[in-house]
Formats: sequence, structure tokens, C-alpha cells
Amino acid sequence: MRIGFYPGCSLEESSKEYCDSLFAVAEKCNVTLEEIKDWNCCGASAAHNLNHDLAIALPARTLALAEKQGLTEIVVPCAACYSRLATSKNEISSNVAAKQKIENAIDLKLTVEITILTVFEFLKKYIFPVVDEHIVNKLNQKAACYYGCLYTRPKETAALEQIENPMEMDEVLAKAGATPIEWAFKTECCGAGLSVSRTDIVAKLSGKILEDAADRGAESIVVACPMCHMNLDMRRPEIKKQIKKDINIPVLFITQALGLSMGISADRLGMNKHYVPTDKVVTCIVKKEA
Amino acid sequence: MARIGVFICHCGENISATIDVAKVAEKAGKLSGVAFSIDYKYMCSDPGQTLIIESIKKHKLTGIVVAACSPRMHEGTFRKAAEKAGINPYMCEMANIREQVSWVHPKSDATTQKALDIVRTLVEKVKKDVALFPIKVPVTKTALVIGGGIAGIQSALDIANAGHQVIMVEKKPSIGGHMSQLSETFPTLDCSQCILTPRMVEVAQHPNITLHTYAEVESVSGFVGNFDVKIRMKAKSVDMKKCTGCGACSQKCPTKKIPDEFNEGMGFRTAIYSPFPQAVPNKPVIDRDHCTWFTKGGKCGLCKKICPTGAIDYDTQDEFIDVKVGAIITATGFDLKHADFFPEYGYGQFKDVIDGMQFERLASASGPTAGEIRRPSDGKVPEKIVFVACAGSRDKSKGIEYCSKICCMYTAKHAMLYKHKNHEGKAYVFYMDIRAAGKNYDEFVRRAIEDDDVNYIRGRVSRIYEKNGKLIVKGVDTLMNSEPVEIEADMVVLATAVVANIGAESLAQKLHISYDQHHFFSEAHPKLKPVETNTAGIMLAGACQSAKDIPESVSQASASASKAIGLFSSNELTREPIVAVVNRQAPPNFTSCTGCLLCMEVCPYHAIEKEEIKDRAGNLIKVAARVNAGLCQGCGTCVAMCRNKSIDIQGFTNDQMMSEVMALLNA
Repeated sequence: MRIGFYPGCSLEESSKEYCDSLFAVAEKCNVTLEEIKDWNCCGASAAHNLNHDLAIALPARTLALAEKQGLTEIVVPCAACYSRLATSKNEISSNVAAKQKIENAIDLKLTVEITILTVFEFLKKYIFPVVDEHIVNKLNQKAACYYGCLYTRPKETAALEQIENPMEMDEVLAKAGATPIEWAFKTECCGAGLSVSRTDIVAKLSGKILEDAADRGAESIVVACPMCHMNLDMRRPEIKKQIKKDINIPVLFITQALGLSMGISADRLGMNKHYVPTDKVVTCIVKKEA
Repeated sequence: MARIGVFICHCGENISATIDVAKVAEKAGKLSGVAFSIDYKYMCSDPGQTLIIESIKKHKLTGIVVAACSPRMHEGTFRKAAEKAGINPYMCEMANIREQVSWVHPKSDATTQKALDIVRTLVEKVKKDVALFPIKVPVTKTALVIGGGIAGIQSALDIANAGHQVIMVEKKPSIGGHMSQLSETFPTLDCSQCILTPRMVEVAQHPNITLHTYAEVESVSGFVGNFDVKIRMKAKSVDMKKCTGCGACSQKCPTKKIPDEFNEGMGFRTAIYSPFPQAVPNKPVIDRDHCTWFTKGGKCGLCKKICPTGAIDYDTQDEFIDVKVGAIITATGFDLKHADFFPEYGYGQFKDVIDGMQFERLASASGPTAGEIRRPSDGKVPEKIVFVACAGSRDKSKGIEYCSKICCMYTAKHAMLYKHKNHEGKAYVFYMDIRAAGKNYDEFVRRAIEDDDVNYIRGRVSRIYEKNGKLIVKGVDTLMNSEPVEIEADMVVLATAVVANIGAESLAQKLHISYDQHHFFSEAHPKLKPVETNTAGIMLAGACQSAKDIPESVSQASASASKAIGLFSSNELTREPIVAVVNRQAPPNFTSCTGCLLCMEVCPYHAIEKEEIKDRAGNLIKVAARVNAGLCQGCGTCVAMCRNKSIDIQGFTNDQMMSEVMALLNA
């Protein structure tokens, strides 16, 4: 089974540790990911506000290239990329006129029969069946699973079963030996793309997320979206100013958490690539009892 | 030899302005079998009808074609005229040259030709018409009312007061329905029980009403005027004749911690119980799922020991009774979604997030807090309550696209009741739109806003969570620049969606009535037959059809009752003979039907049954299909399915249809 991989811009740069940890976990489980050749920007944040056709065409080109490469299934770990690719696929497969228009624009043919997997779906389908034999550690900490908006909204592209109270990440963290907490901010907005233009709003919204996690005793926050990660991790000084509180809970990617439980080294998982130090997360870990 | 008359109507200028009617009359007169043809300005007028009658007599016509408007419009008129002239009314056919020709085409030769073509097909049909006679079926003048809420009560009383017998079946131990649970009613704020209980008592005491509580409809067969209904009388474990309703058993029952359905789980009841003090009948039943006698195999038995009249009988079993009724009124009501339907509102985990019906119980003098509004978690009087309208309703993502209709009004009422009881309290209402279209309804909502100082916020609530003992309600105020709003509330009341009862689907299947995707029962026509169902003789009353408030439920209940009373106004029902028949032939064939019974499978009205043809000695000769003319609606599905043309619709036979087609092709 060939599984395609679409990194998007974040996984190559700002969230390199998400990419590294995903590959480390996959490698441990003997799963190979095949990058889509000559992939392009998904258009997230910007394109769909400016030009609808462009917003559909950009992901469509990537999907067409994947098809050309003979892939029938691709994993898209970034939430924004996932949302854009899924939206594009939905529109093209439900609207013949749009499909023709887009095919002309990108000069490629599409069947749109390709399956787009979120990181949750990928883990469940390919990692879960073999993961138990690889899990050697227990994360041994209270984790707040934060899903954000792009996996849960809009309903048409939502990839999670219960969009108001998703549990997919909680399931992964439970496997990794952490205790996922029940909390109120699983799907609240982190401020997303306002990160640069209106940092004050991001600080306010992300601040509330951190506050609730802290109030409920979370020792780590786990995410599956580079944008969420950036806002929750990098914006701590602004958040501190906004909520007048110092919150030091580290923010991990789901694959980092899983990788730690598999005994993959903190270095390999990029645990040193965060603004908020992750040492505490690592020191909590205990060996899994046989 | 057929002698057919053709009558072409001008319909003023409706037809004659577009079609050359004289030419059609002339050409029609030359058709084979046509003995007479004429055109006239208004065929439906008195002189027009006289023209038809006189012509039939004078020219000894055997059948007529009236080329005029749609048969929907005047078929009845012309058939009566034919009957007056002494021929069978079903020997009259209509050629629709108005709606299907003159109204939809410009004036031209082709238009005239089309009118002639249509006349020609009908002439061929009339040649194969046979005399038909209306079907008469007897009527049992007893109505079955399913459900003892306000709708069922109203229907039952109306029918009973008109002098007919009524059998009422209610699945709970008492009648009264949801209305008995309500505190006050909008828009007058009069006490719900005060206006309801006299009607409940009236039902119980009415000489024409037989009341079966703790009973359910088990099966229904038969057809309009002649339904056979089997009713399951659930074992009450209490002899209703001996019981005096003294209540000693409920007081002494040691199983006291059963969540009380009447109080929406906010109080407790015993295993032997009467649901509420004003229950009708006010005699208890034993809830066998909780009674220790039944769950622990013969332990306890206290109620039997103390009952002064010896009314307790643990050995009673479910019993079945068979009744014959002529009409059925379904008044089975509705249910509400509960807080557990909403993950974003805490999926029922927060004790102080309650639904509208729970709030009714809190506000009711007979409720668990004796009418003081105290929150369920710690019994404190909430200082701030948030009411959320449209919780689930009008929400595609929840699968409930429709408006629950009653919530705008009862939410205004709830906020008002709270403010009347707690002057210092703060009430907020999140809403999408205020739908208060009823007599004195909008005035009522304005009162809540203007006189009682309820804060209405136009926007939806995205999430509710607990923090430091408060419920944080996150929403948006769309009238204030779409600002996010957060309210720290002590209690939240969700106006949850009205949904069909859990048993609605299976009841509809028993009754053979149709229902929509939300399991609400379907009316026969959304405008012109809003209380009838597609099955003749079965009517709808109240919220089993769609969300309704009390005045609307009562109106519909009376409308249903009038339909039943109308049905009972004669001893026999007369029906159009446009029904399917299975052909009959001389022995030894008896019929060409081979008994494959595919027709039985496809009949939407369950009108086809298996017939066993036997010889005089009682030996089975053949199995064939037989149509119950009382049930058949003449849809023709069976005809399409029949593999050897053994079944036919009277008045629209295969042979007639073929003749019409051939008349067109042989032009």
C-alpha cells in the first residue's frame, strides 16, 4: 500500500518537528510515506479570501499530481492544508462545471477519487494496528487534547466523529499512557491567522485556552495543527500580558506525544524546537509495565 | 351498438377563443359510433345540462363525452346530468380541452386538431365503458382515540358529545399528557392543570367514553368504517374495581428512589405509584421494572399486606381486548430532546443545564420545589438564568431543520415566571428570531422584554462549560457588531427541539399511515387535508403531526373529531367504484390470476388479500388475489405489477387505456 504525503509549507519550516515526529513514528511501524512530487501551496488563509477559483485550483493541482503519481491515498498532517484539500475535493467532485474549469486552469486531469487522510485517520488506519508492540513508555501526565477549528468545521469537511466533542486525539493520548482531561476548550478558536495582524486577539483567545487547560491541571497540551501550535506556543509573552498570568504548559504535536511513548529520542522528535520548554513532559515519562 | 354523444363547451371564451369549436363538433360527429355532436357556450350551466339531458333522451345515447374543463372541475356535474337522463353516470367521460389545450396553446389549426384528437381518444374510451355502481360499506359508529393528552381529550369529548362511542387508549397510568406537566400557559399565564383537570375528569365520567389507561394499540386491521383493533392492557397489578385510590400503598412502598418521569427526573417516586395528585384515574399501578416483588422474586409484598380493600394482585398479566371502530384519531403527542443531545452544552453532565420541560416542573406548584425556582445541583435560587432558544431546532448539523414552534413563546414565559418569582434575578434569552405569530403572542413576548426586563440577545450559544461553580455561556450578539458574549450563569434552560415520540414509527406502521423523515405523521394534503391521513378513516390531532402549542392542538383535535362525526353521520359509506378488481371466469378457471400475489406486496394501502377458491367439498382449487374495495384507493400499482393482466382498475381498464392510445396512433 502506497501512502502519499503532502507536507505543505508548515511541515517543512515552522513545524518541522511535526514532520520529523510523524516520519519517526511511521518508520518505527514500518510505514513508508511518499511525498507528492512538485506539490504546491494549498492556499490556506489567503487564497479563499481573495479568489474562490484560485482557492479550489491550488489544492486541485496537488491532488492531480498525486493521482498522476499513482497515489490513491494521501496523508495531510496540517489542519489548514487538510481543510483546503478536502474543500477543493468536495467542490470538484460535486460540480461538473467547476471540475472542468479547474482542470483547464491547472492543465491537468482529475478523477478526485483520491482519499485524503487527516493525521488521526492515518494513525488509526496504519499505526494503531501495530502500535501496541512498539509502545514502551507511559507518558504519565494529564494532557489537554486541543483540536481547534479546522478539523471540526465546517460540517462538510469535518473529519471527526463528534464535532462538538471530538475524541480521536484523546484516544491516541490514552494509548500513549497519558490521561486526557475533559475540558471546555477542545474546539474553541485559537485566533488562527490573526497571529500577525491582530496579535492582541490571538493572545486573548489562546490565553483562554491555556487558562482552562491550566485550571484543570493539564501538564501538556497536544495539538495536530501547526497554526494552533504556533499561537499557543510562540505567543506566550503576548498571552502573559493579556491574561496577567504566567502559564508554562508545553504544547506538543500528537506525533511527538506518540513518539515519546514509543521510546523515540526527544532529539529525533524535535522536542527542543518549542518556545515553551518541554523538559517536564519528558521527565514525567515512566517505563511501561510489561 | 354504441350511440355516443359529444358535447363541446366554449367555456365562455376560455376554449372558443383558441379552438375552432364548431369544427371540432362537426368532425366529432363523423367519428364512428358517434350519433350526435354539438357545441354550446356554457355546458355546465343549467341550459347546458338540459341540452345534454334532452339530447341523451332524444338520440337514445348510450354514452357521452363532454369536451370541456378538467374532470376535477365538472365531472361530477356531467355525471349527474347523465344519470338524470337515465344512463349510468360512469358512461360519461370528460375530454379536457381547456387546461390541456386552450389554456396552454395559441390559436391555430394544430390546437384545434389536438382538441379533436383528445375527443377522439375519449370516444374510444366511452365505447368500452361499462355501468359502474358506487361501493357501499357499513360504518361502526365508534371512534378510537390513541393518546390521552389535550389533543386526544378534546377529540374524545367532541365525538362523545355528538352522541358517538369513543374508546381512548393511553399508554401511561394517567391521561393528561404533557399539558398536565406545565406550570402556566402562554399567553395568559393561567395555570395549566387548573384548565386541564376538569376536562380529564369529564373524559373519565363521560357515559360515551371508555377509557383504557396503561394500554397500547397492539395491531390494527380493516378499513375505514370497519377497523379491527387489538389493545394491549398492560398489567397494572392493581384491581381497578377494588382500589379506592386511598394512596396508602404508595406511602408505604419501600422502593422510593425511582426517578420521577412526571417531574422529568428531578424528583423520586415509589414503585407502586400514581403519576401525580390529579391523575385520572387516580389509582396506582406497580412499575414492575422497579418493584422488589418482581425484581427480587417475591420479596416485600408490603402494599398487598396493607391494602385495605385487597386490590393488589401480583399475578395479573397483560391482557388483550379486540374492539371494532369506524374511525381512528391519533393524538400521540411529542417528545423533547434532552440536554444529553448537546455535547457543546455539556451533554447532560452539568446538573444545572436543564431542558424546558424540567423548568416547567421547577416553576409548577406541584413540582419538586413546590414552584420555587431552585437549581437542581444544590437547591439554591439562581441569580442569573440563561435561556437558549432553538437548542437543536432549525439546525441542519443536528439533523433537525424544522422550527419547533412552541419554544419562542414558552421561553418568554419561563423568563417571565422567573422574573415574577425573583425580582432581583437576571434573565437572558439567546434567540435566532422571535416567532410569536399567534393571537396576543407578540404582545406577550414584548411584555417579557419591556415590562419584565428580560435581556434578549440575538445570537446563538456556541458552548457552555463549568468554571468555579458557574456555568459559562459563550455566545454571540449579532445585533451588537457580532461581539462575542460570555455570561456567568447559575442555571441554563435549553429550549430543546420538539421531536416525534419514540414509538411513533412503529405505531404509524401498525396504522398504515405515512410519516416524514422525522417520524411525524403525514397529513393527506398540507393545505386542504391537514387533519386526514392517506388512510381513509384515520385522522391526526396535535403534536404527533408536527410541533404545536395547546390552542393549535385543540383546534386540530376538534377538526379531527368533526371528520369522525361526519363519517358517522350515515349508516353506510359510499365510495367511487374506481377500484381494482381481479377478473372472474367460469369454472374450471375461476380467474386468470395465478396467485403469485406480487400485487399484495406492492399495494400501498394493504388492500389486497389472498383468496382461497374451494370447491363445494371444501377442497382447495386455487389461490388468487382479492381486492378489498373498502381499502383500495385505485392507484393502479397492482395493475402495473400483474404479470398476466388479471387485475384491472374499474373505469380505467388496460383495454380502455389501449383503445385511447390506439385512437391517437390511428389518426
